[in-house]
Amino acid sequence: MSEGIAQSEKPQNLKGGEPDLFSKFDPLIQMREGLLSTGQQDPYALVMEKVLSPTRAICNGRDTILLGTYNYMGMTFDPQVIEAGNQALRDYGTGTTGSRVLNGTYQGHKECEDALKDFYGMDHAMVFSTGYLANLGIISTIAGKGDYIILDIDSHASIYDGCKLGDAEIVPFKHNDIEAMEKRLKRVPEGAGKLVILEGVYSMLGDVAPLKEMVRIAKEHGAMVLVDEAHSMGFIGENGRGVVEAQGVMDDVDFIIGTFSKSVGTVGGFCVSNHPKFEIMRLVCRPYVFTASLPPSVVATAATSIRKLQVEGHNKRAHLWENSKRLHQGLKDLGFTIGTEEAESAIIAVIMPDLVQGAAMWEALLKEGLYVNLARPPATPANMTLLRCSLCAEHSDEEVGTILNMFEAAGKKTGII
Amino acid sequence: MDRADTDTRIRAQIEPFNKKGVDIKEETTFQGDLEFDSLTVMDFVAAIEDEFDIIISMNQQAEIETYGQLVDAVHKQRD
Repeated sequence: MSEGIAQSEKPQNLKGGEPDLFSKFDPLIQMREGLLSTGQQDPYALVMEKVLSPTRAICNGRDTILLGTYNYMGMTFDPQVIEAGNQALRDYGTGTTGSRVLNGTYQGHKECEDALKDFYGMDHAMVFSTGYLANLGIISTIAGKGDYIILDIDSHASIYDGCKLGDAEIVPFKHNDIEAMEKRLKRVPEGAGKLVILEGVYSMLGDVAPLKEMVRIAKEHGAMVLVDEAHSMGFIGENGRGVVEAQGVMDDVDFIIGTFSKSVGTVGGFCVSNHPKFEIMRLVCRPYVFTASLPPSVVATAATSIRKLQVEGHNKRAHLWENSKRLHQGLKDLGFTIGTEEAESAIIAVIMPDLVQGAAMWEALLKEGLYVNLARPPATPANMTLLRCSLCAEHSDEEVGTILNMFEAAGKKTGII
Repeated sequence: MDRADTDTRIRAQIEPFNKKGVDIKEETTFQGDLEFDSLTVMDFVAAIEDEFDIIISMNQQAEIETYGQLVDAVHKQRD
């Protein structure tokens, strides 16, 4: 008897197959199939066929304005940055093929860390292969079994994963709630190590943390403080060092985590610190040791971009803030619900009634020629569906006007406004 | 403090979260029977923590599935 016949005699349960380790994904698979069966374009499978500039790409054959890239400072097409990358490719080859602690530290990696030390005015800088790895590595290495991590409940996935990998006790508190944080700090058992983890800008709603009070309270309770400034580098604070600088607590935080994949315009992550023993991290931090280092071209573009942000960043900052404020006000005037009362960062989050309408609006915007991020639970707080817009210093006044027109057209088409 | 006292105080805290008026027994589960979603869990845990002035870390929360297990976990911390 052939296998085909044997299978045909089984009960009709072929679609999902036998239960196995993938069965836990069935609800998500069904949810996706339900959404896509209506003819909705998959919001998580967009291909950019050509990228024209930091603010324009060709998607589905159409010239599209990019409003969901975190490319805040528009460094991705800077001629000097590109040339630095080209030169490094020619001089050092395509990749290091090794760990930072073995054969993977080139001159460019040191130069990149020097640029970070200068940018932040800190004694130590450590470059990781991604921002995710920077959080994973630093958090899991410094907070281990028996230590307590007190963190904002809306923290990024990389922070939670770092907490889990290190096996510390994880104690979340309500988003941006100073009192809730303090209560939990007070309850940590006597003598236990304490790490408080905060973000400067929270990427889902684009809101800023009350770092001034939070950092002071954390230090009063003897905790070390780590702040993720991924979404503020280059344009928040007098020197673009982030919310810690804007709120005057640079000297009180122990670690700043950042990324090259937003304002810097390439890929990679980092931690800067003044801790006198910081350099030992290079030997004990597994996500730093057991992965290949960034390619020479990437660290060359990152170093050049960081130097440019330090020297010329202020020229672009004012225009980025103008864009952000104008988009926030314009969307509010059109009748959309926004995640924050005022524009607090370069992220403007438009709250959608639900996932189905959010996905429809996302597609309507794409057809107008505008790309934004569709964010949905569990990545979002309070089970919200968001159309997350991130502005770029290179968006022209005209483009911001066009963006608002597109939102109006798509919002009316989908019945959201 | 005896376990019954802990039980009484936790019951009082559950009430506003027990929207469907489920009869709460030792084996009642938070996810299945009470249908707590992640947001409800966050608010409920915070209420219990404040009531007893304790920490219930996420690591501990992962081990607690039933009402009885919660009472035991809280009671242990009060000793």
